[in-house]
Parts: sequence; C-alpha cells; structure tokens
Amino acid sequence: MGRLEEYIPIVGRGVIDDLRALAERLKGKTVQHINSTAVGGGVAEILTRMVPLFQELNLNTRWDVIKGGDKFFEVTKKFHNALHGRPEEINEDDFAVFMETSINNMNGMQYSGDIVYVHDPQPIALVQKKSDNKWIWRCHVDVSVPDRVVWEFLYSFIARYDAAVFSSPEFSSKIPIRQFLISPSIDPLSDKNKELPEDMINMVLEKYHIKKDKPIITQISRFDRLKDPVGVIEAYQEVKKYIDCQLVLAGGGATDDPEGIKVYEETKEKAGNDKNIHILLMSQNDIEINALQRASTVIIQKSLKEGFGLTVAEALWKGKPVVASAVGGIPLQIKHKYSGLLCHSVEGATFALKQLLNSPAYAKKMGENGKEHIKNNFLITRHLKDYMLLFLSLYCKGDVVYL
Amino acid sequence: MAEKEIKTAAEPFRFYTQLHLSELTGLRASNLPELLNLIKEASDSAIYHHTHRFLLQHQYLSPEPPNDFAYWVTVALGEDCLGEKLASIDTMKYLTIHDLREKIVATIEAYLKACPNSAKRFASEDEVFYLIKCVSFIMPTAYVTNDLRGFVEILKKITIDSIYFHMFEARLRLERKTNDFSLWIEGMIGDKELAGKILKLDPYTYTLEDLRKTIIQMTEKRIG
Repeated sequence: MGRLEEYIPIVGRGVIDDLRALAERLKGKTVQHINSTAVGGGVAEILTRMVPLFQELNLNTRWDVIKGGDKFFEVTKKFHNALHGRPEEINEDDFAVFMETSINNMNGMQYSGDIVYVHDPQPIALVQKKSDNKWIWRCHVDVSVPDRVVWEFLYSFIARYDAAVFSSPEFSSKIPIRQFLISPSIDPLSDKNKELPEDMINMVLEKYHIKKDKPIITQISRFDRLKDPVGVIEAYQEVKKYIDCQLVLAGGGATDDPEGIKVYEETKEKAGNDKNIHILLMSQNDIEINALQRASTVIIQKSLKEGFGLTVAEALWKGKPVVASAVGGIPLQIKHKYSGLLCHSVEGATFALKQLLNSPAYAKKMGENGKEHIKNNFLITRHLKDYMLLFLSLYCKGDVVYL
Repeated sequence: MAEKEIKTAAEPFRFYTQLHLSELTGLRASNLPELLNLIKEASDSAIYHHTHRFLLQHQYLSPEPPNDFAYWVTVALGEDCLGEKLASIDTMKYLTIHDLREKIVATIEAYLKACPNSAKRFASEDEVFYLIKCVSFIMPTAYVTNDLRGFVEILKKITIDSIYFHMFEARLRLERKTNDFSLWIEGMIGDKELAGKILKLDPYTYTLEDLRKTIIQMTEKRIG
C-alpha cells in the first residue's frame, strides 16, 4: 500500500483521487525545491514529508539545499529579523557576504527543474540562473512590515520570478509578478502528529521530570526572541498567582539560526528557580514533541511575529485548546473564541490562559472545533493540492481553468 | 415486492469537481469608502472569492458570516447594521457575479449616504481588508450516472468540492442560472418535481455536508 492510501481514512478517497488527477496533468514536469537547511524549522519539515508524496504521485520532484558558512547564516538571520520589522544593523559587508555565498551556490548547483521552487530569502538570488523554465519564490516569513533596505534588496530578485507565494494576505504587496496565498500544513501521519499511546506520553514526561499533578501550559518553538519565550514566562507567572500550574517551554534549534543558545540562556534566567518551569532544549525528536503537546492542558504560542505558526495547527490537530498571538498566519488557524483564543499582549495571554484552565468544557469545545478546522484546511493533502494547482497556474491563463 | 422502475436519462450526468487557488492582489482597504472602491474595481473572481470562500473553508460550520465584506465591516469597522444588511443579501436572487456586485455596491452606497460619519471609521492595522481573487480549476471526475439510483450512490461518496461545483459555481460563476443537478434531472430524466425541489433549496444556508444529505434524502424519497 502506498503512503497516500493511508490518508484516506482521514480525508476521504475523493481527496486522494483529486491529487492523482492533478498529478496526471503535470506528467513529464520536474519540480526542484531549494532551501537552506535539511533539518530543523518548518520548511525542512514540510519538504521532508511532501517530497516522497509527490514522488508517489509520479511527479518528478527533487530537493536541494544550499551551502553556507556561519557568516552567511548570521547575515540571513539578520535579514530574517529585519523582514519581521526588528531593527538590525546591516551594512555593505553583509550584502557582500550574502552575494558571495549566493554566487558559490549558483555555480555549484544543478538547475534541472521545469519548475524551480525557492524557499525563503536565503537562496533567493539563485534566480539569476533562470532560463526558460519557471521559478517560484516561496516566502515563509512575516513580511507585513519589512525593513525597507532589506526588502528592496530582495525585491530586485523577487521581480525576476514567475510567481511568489505567501502564507498570509497581510504579507502581500503590489509586486509585478503573480502572487498566491498558500498556507503551510501539518502531516497527520508524521511522528509529530500521529496518535500516541498513553504509556509513551508518560515515558516522555518522566524523562523530563514533568509530573501530571497540575495543569500543563506548553509552548513548543525554537528559542527565538520572536517566539517571545520570556513573555510566555511572564504570562505564566501571572496565571500562577491564581491557578497552580506548570509551564513547559520546549524546542530545538535550526542549523540556520545562530541566536538560539543566547535566547535559551535569557529564558533560563527569566525562569529563575521556579521548579514548575521546564525549559527543554531538545535535539530533533518529533515523538517527544508530540507527547509533550498531547500531555498539555493548554498550548500557548505567544509569538511576536510568525510566518505561519505550524505549532498552532499541530496543537489544534491534537484537539488542544490554544492561546496564540494574532500575528502572521495564526488568525487563519484560530477563529477567536471559536477554535481558540487570540491575544495581543502578555496581559491578554494571561487572561486567556486563566479562562481555558478554569473552564474545561469551554476549552474542550474549542479544541474540537480547532481540530475540525485543521482537518479541512491545514493538512498536507490540501498543501499538495495547492502546490500542484500553483504549478498548473504557471502554464494556464485566466481565472477559470478547465483541466 | 418489485423494485420501482428507474428511468434512464437521455444523456448521462458526469460529475465534475473544482479546486480553488487563492491569488493575492496586494490591494487593501482600511475604511468603508476604500472598500467600496475595491469592490467596484475588483475582478469578478475577487467578488466570487469574498462571497463564497467561507462555504468551503468553514463547511462544517453553520451559521458563519456569509461573506467577507459583511464580516469585515462588522468586526473591523464596528458597523453592525451594515454588516447585517450585507450578510442578508440573498445570493440566490442573483444570476451573475456582476448583479451580485451591483447589489453589494448599492447596499454600501445607501449606508454611506444615510450614515456619512461611517466613512471616518478606520480599521486597525492588523484588521485591514485584503483583496484576494479565486482561481478555479475545473476537472471531470470518474463518476458518471445514467439514472437517479446511480446519482444518489455517487452523491454519497463524491467530494464536497464536486457538490459545491454543481450547486454553487456552475450556477453563479459559470452563469448557468440554475444548479447542474436540477438541470439534468429535469432535462434528461424528465422529473420536474424533484428538479424543482432541489432548485428551491437555498444552499447558502446549509453546510455542504447537510446539503449533500438533503439532496440524497430528496432523491431517495423520490425513487423509493
């Protein structure tokens, strides 16, 4: 049995039939994905799951990763922060480092795709290798209020692509190429999202010395200032004045994020000696993340900026009540007071956490609604469909296309 | 007991499906006059997106604000009265996107005339309205039927995208003036009564799963 068949009990046979029909219409095309890291972070995670499924659909798909040294990734991290609107000092040397590595990658990589799909700013300059094939730039970051200098630098490359893809309408602006809205997705069959037996969950809790004697509030994310782990601790400390609970802050690092350790230390410092705060710097272990999410009473995602915030979809898929900031793609996943609670501040997060912890029936209903919303809109099968429609749109004109 | 005789259609019915991709425009509105201009100048595909996307994205949920314009003026601008007027526009009355757009424009213009101060209300930065258009991809499925028994069996297993296509998209976006099911049942089966009953449904007030169930029940009752 192919892996696609395994999705039928979740999404229905018709959805898989549609995927096969779309793939048939792309027969003979090769798609080449390019990004900056093979492991860690949402992009690598999605591609790891999607590429084999595209191959099973007989859509010739390959995935290449650019090479870059510490200096390059320090610059791209600055770009990342600046695109999110955070002040960064970026000088001519930084742009030079970026271009030097880009040129090395341009010369060291084969571009065999009929469609070349470039993810995020790190490999954006590769478009200079564009010939008569189609190139798509996929922006996974929040560019609603980008630093103008960095945006204009990137814009000179973006304009050369055939199409751009964003995760939220608020990231769109007037650009001279077609732009599409495609949300990322989660894979319900992956280690991170599949059902887990209770004893497995308990084992993970024991490993990290987390007891089930009080409600667990959890934020799963990289140690990154934009995920505001310090703000999460502040909200927890306010909640703790009224409700005896514990906090889990867990996440790993990505190879293209040199700031992680620094933020981890800041978070530890903020937590002080509170034995009910568990700060877990983990190596990539999806089963453990899954177990921590499933063991949680409430999941929080108090990001200051967010490309999309897949951890929210993961939590909702597990039927968990979620408190999350109304940034980036999060409002697409949570309809306030219906499938979770949105917040804009530490105070708002505190109030929402207290509501959910004190009203289990209300929390349960929101978790159920959230799961249904994720099932209909944010599973990998929808993502595969959107990508294939996007590829087809490169070859078809008009808003109504007969296939 | 002998099974009731099922009439064979003069021509078979092939089920189609539609798949949507959302295309961003980079256009936005922060207040009512800006929204009005966007609606006037937007492509039919954008009007279609903002009046229909909820059906598929929140198909399990009813009631849901029936269109993005109604939702936005209510939530982002606090214009509850206008929101109610826009939400209650009877889409079934309109046979083209053009006519539907005219009605939305007229509703907003009348409101702005009656309440000129409403033009001064602005949405906060994180609640700006973004114009999106819908690109539809239409393709045949493998499902074909020659009679109502086959029709009902396929209806039970076809995707909701297919039901959506024949009930909503074919009528309004492709301007067939009626839904495909009624068209075939009347024209090819000759069952005016069943065709009329399906035509009389207001599909905008059902979730897609409820719509599927309702059409199945009506057809099963008919064929006995």
